[in-house]
Amino acid sequence: MRIYALAVYAFLYLPIGIIALFSFSAGRSASQMQGFSTGWYAKALGNPFVVDALKTSASVALTSALLSCLFGTMAALALTGLKGRVRTIFDAMIYIAVMIPGIVIGIATLIALVTVFDAVNPWVQAATGWRLSLGFGSLVGAHVLFTMSLVIILVRARIEGMDRALIEASSDLGAGPVATFRQVTLPLLAPAVFAGFLLSFTFSFDDFIIAFFVAGPETTLPIYIFSSIRRGVTPEINAIGTMVIAVSLILLIVAEFTLRRGKPAA
Amino acid sequence: MALSNRQARWLLLGPAGLWYAMLLVLPLAVVLVYSFGERGAAGGYQPAFTLAQYANLATRWTAFKNTLMLAPLGTVAALLIAYPLAYFLAVRVNPRWRTLLLVLVIVPFWTSILIRSYAWIFLLGGRGIPALLADLGLGDWRLINTPFAVLVGIVYGYMPLMFFPIYVSLEKLDRKLLEAASDLGSPPWRSFVQVTLPLSLPGVATGSMLVFILLMGEYLIPQMLGGGKVFFVGNALVDLFLQSRNWAFGSAMSVTLVAVMLVVVTLYMRFLKRIGAAREDVGLM
Repeated sequence: MRIYALAVYAFLYLPIGIIALFSFSAGRSASQMQGFSTGWYAKALGNPFVVDALKTSASVALTSALLSCLFGTMAALALTGLKGRVRTIFDAMIYIAVMIPGIVIGIATLIALVTVFDAVNPWVQAATGWRLSLGFGSLVGAHVLFTMSLVIILVRARIEGMDRALIEASSDLGAGPVATFRQVTLPLLAPAVFAGFLLSFTFSFDDFIIAFFVAGPETTLPIYIFSSIRRGVTPEINAIGTMVIAVSLILLIVAEFTLRRGKPAA
Repeated sequence: MALSNRQARWLLLGPAGLWYAMLLVLPLAVVLVYSFGERGAAGGYQPAFTLAQYANLATRWTAFKNTLMLAPLGTVAALLIAYPLAYFLAVRVNPRWRTLLLVLVIVPFWTSILIRSYAWIFLLGGRGIPALLADLGLGDWRLINTPFAVLVGIVYGYMPLMFFPIYVSLEKLDRKLLEAASDLGSPPWRSFVQVTLPLSLPGVATGSMLVFILLMGEYLIPQMLGGGKVFFVGNALVDLFLQSRNWAFGSAMSVTLVAVMLVVVTLYMRFLKRIGAAREDVGLM
């Protein structure tokens, strides 16, 4: 049993480990380890395409995560205790947004936005001189659809697990609704919101398939990596990949511990 | 505060509602409408009302066939690997190590699937495992760009998602039931088959459904590890929208994909209800 578990962990981590190992190769070959060097990291970070893609990915992920947390938490608060048709509709939306394949979301967003933009651009251009097009906005829009739903689910679970007595106590002690919200509700929700932020950031940063359709002229890091792999495998891709995985790893460990600390001891 | 409770609620729900209306309902409606249209002369879409696109789906039957074969196969393979691990972590392992071991299962799932699939191009490619096998005198193997490679990628990518619901259902299992079974003279394997396994079925059901749903829309794994030879519906969709720019046909295919998913999931839920393994909460992670 123990040997089996070890084998599964090896299966999970060996491929990642090998990617990381070869990123330190000094040679040009991506399949043969030739000495040790950090040269490929320097090369990756000195490559303007990589740096640009990284900046795009980071700013899209940051914007998406912030908007998801803000709008998701707001919606989760409003949905608490809500019954009837509005609740049913929102539950259905959240469910569909999470369950529908990313590729279908990407396609649907692409053709809907292109259609809308084609229809309104003559007026927009006449009024402002600008044209609406795919890019940063559509990336954030499509990512937030998924990540906001994730935040609603996380925060709502947290609200449902919250001790109502704390809020009653706060209002019995004379705190108004705003003070109660700021001093009681918000601190209690904070771990879920923060975990939601990190998961949203990670999702947006790593997403390939939605971005592939809606990025327009922008290049995100996963899109850059995908097209480089098509051109051929080099240790530079390993170096970029290792850095991406390291970032996700750090964010996830932080998210995990925040969620765990926020939970009452089991 | 001048706002009534009702107004405040609408204000709070506003942005999320707007997002769902503009970026979920509207786009899905557009796809549905376009699926009855025609391809424009220069690509894109031309308004029409025809079922021609749906009739045309038969020409892409291979993509559906591959998806409907490899998605269930991948789900079962992930289940067979995840179950013993979940059992080990929930029942056998020293609780002191449990948290760490759990985190170690989550981490790969939340790191880039693109890079994790890339790792397997590396391993299964000519100079990876096949070279190793040849050196050992085990013959000539071609692994990359085969259904097997896609299956390995699927299991690697989705095993953690299968693991979690199973782990949760095994962890909730009342140990007293197992003690009772053993006190009544049941050997361990029989306790497992008659007590543990049936009680963990809800987790198995949830995990299988989550993995299956995600696999139905998969693009990256067959693209990277199947090398264009193992084509999923997702690969056909990318081809239709980004290469041949046939929006109407691509929309019909998207609608069909979602419809097939809904049918399979509904049938599956009904089957679960019949065998009594259904559970309302679908744990996200």
